[in-house]
Amino acid sequence: MEILLQQIINGLVQGSVYALVALGYTMVYGILGLINFAHGEVVMVGAMLALSALTALLGMGVPPVPALLFSVMVAMAGCMVLGYGIERIAYRPLRHASRLAPLITAIGVSIVLQNLAMMIWGREYHSFPQLISNDTHNFGGAIINDIQIVIFILALAIMAGLMVVVHRTRLGCAMRAVAENQHAAQLMGVDINRVISITFMLGSALAAIAGLMVSANYGLAHYYMGFLLGLKAFTAAVLGGIGNLRGAMLGGLLLGLIESLGAGYIGDLTGGFMGSNYQDVFAFFVLIAVLVFRPSGLLGERLAERA
Amino acid sequence: MKLVRKSGVQLAALVITLLLLPFITDALLGRGWVRIADFAMLYIMLALGLNIVVGYAGLLDLGYIAFFAVGAYCYALTGSPHLALAFPMAFPDGVHLSFWIVLPLAALTAGSFGMLLGAPTLRLRGDYLAIVTLGFGEIIRIFLNNLNAPINLTNGPQGISRIDPVRVADVSLSATQNIFGIAFPSVHLYFYLFLAFTALVVIVSRRLERSRIGRAWMAIREDEIAASAMGLNTRNLKLLAFAMGAMFGGASGALFAGFQGFVSPESFSLMESIMVLCMVVLGGMGNIAGVILGGVLLAILPEVLRHSVVPLQQALFGKTVVDPESLRMLLFGTALIVMMLYRPAGLLPSRVRRRELGSDEAPESL
Repeated sequence: MEILLQQIINGLVQGSVYALVALGYTMVYGILGLINFAHGEVVMVGAMLALSALTALLGMGVPPVPALLFSVMVAMAGCMVLGYGIERIAYRPLRHASRLAPLITAIGVSIVLQNLAMMIWGREYHSFPQLISNDTHNFGGAIINDIQIVIFILALAIMAGLMVVVHRTRLGCAMRAVAENQHAAQLMGVDINRVISITFMLGSALAAIAGLMVSANYGLAHYYMGFLLGLKAFTAAVLGGIGNLRGAMLGGLLLGLIESLGAGYIGDLTGGFMGSNYQDVFAFFVLIAVLVFRPSGLLGERLAERA
Repeated sequence: MKLVRKSGVQLAALVITLLLLPFITDALLGRGWVRIADFAMLYIMLALGLNIVVGYAGLLDLGYIAFFAVGAYCYALTGSPHLALAFPMAFPDGVHLSFWIVLPLAALTAGSFGMLLGAPTLRLRGDYLAIVTLGFGEIIRIFLNNLNAPINLTNGPQGISRIDPVRVADVSLSATQNIFGIAFPSVHLYFYLFLAFTALVVIVSRRLERSRIGRAWMAIREDEIAASAMGLNTRNLKLLAFAMGAMFGGASGALFAGFQGFVSPESFSLMESIMVLCMVVLGGMGNIAGVILGGVLLAILPEVLRHSVVPLQQALFGKTVVDPESLRMLLFGTALIVMMLYRPAGLLPSRVRRRELGSDEAPESL
């Protein structure tokens, strides 16, 4: 029973991070109908930038909390510039090209970012400094630490904030209009390019925070961390219904739970044949299962069939 | 593309040049370069296989190397002493099937994986296929790395070694053979084997391209809705392209395992998939000559980089700042972006493809 509760807690924390990244995929998809393959790498760059800023600031003797806040700002700013750049360089010129072209540039951007990161930060794992107190709390037999609590609450708050932006502001209205029908939105005086750029920047800012959360949770950051994370977050977005913001949040939390419970129990289920080293394959099977049985996802209403 | 159309004299000249190539390379550049030529041939086979999927049918497969891995492990398991570890009772010496039996099996196994993967995804938009294949490429590596316990199937990260060499008419290709008084080293023999297979793949690709199926693929690539309105069963045709590409990958994988005598999950990383994709995109999607050019260029590139970048950096900075491996990947990524932006049809575009990719027509209505 304690194991179950523990896995649920771990799953929800991890899932809230997936949800933040999934939002980036789903926002871009909703507006452009395009999978931004490079999004996972933006998460990685966010984590690396935050870590570098943090290490530098702590080295100068800045107290932990201001240092952390400032590093978050640096990471977010860096990722927003990056997201803007990716859209301008790799996607905008190809908006009217064949379907294949933006997919290929996207994977190209992803490879470039990964290798640049490797050149800058090296191949080794970087450990994340311990900043906030990491006391553990006993919660019905399961253990939860302060970092996990902060991650979970912060992620929920950010998601709530995003919903407010999308549904209550002029910008959000423009975003929804562009997602609905680009041409009609343009005729109504919406500056499409501006809205698309802002969407990419918003998604990238979320990715930066998610990157920081992942590395704080595991205490590690690595140039290759964005790849699998991106794949899983994409799965979360598809699970919830790609293009649907609430779906991305739900999908993220659900995927986190599936993965954590799966990894916790796969040993028992397969009689010890497979262990938790197969944790990373769950997302993939979830993805396949969703595509087979409900391609529009849990909350997605329209089945995207725009060939 | 025009390989076969050329007049008899030109064709004969080409064949003779290719047959002499290992000896010329050996004399001018050394034995190591013959080995590189062997790998270039393997890559060309892979790239031609991927070309069916990406170039003809317009489906983006980002985990193509996984099928290569499936083929390679097929032969590694059935042509080495390895299975003796897992099943000492059944196979005390391991399994030693003939390469020529395993080759079609490897192709079929890889093809079945392609079907399994393609069936759920191909009825959806192309983007899903891209991401599912990307995931598959990574998953297969997780399995290869972890299927060494509790039953040692793949030997995990250490990989499987002592794989039987390919034998042609009971002559092992892994040793120097004297034929008509001329000594043929192993790398030369494998070069001829790969050359024969590459020629076969080229001929099959050419025949496919002009066939009813090939034309149907291109119709789907250009406008799926129009193609299906013309009565084409787009899902089955896409599945066929995907599975066929996978089969070529599987067959090349078996050749690779026989040639290397060793396989490990490390050889089948995402970067390899990207490299093969890069060959197809750089050379010209859908154009056989272009893909061959791309394959040759990119197979030689790492060597060129190793011989130029390292000494250059040593001279400039006194140490190696950027290792050639990551520089190569950086170049691949940049090439994918730049090619798509400025020359989407590749260095040697096929005529049809140029028209399509270069088009700047009005955006499709949403």
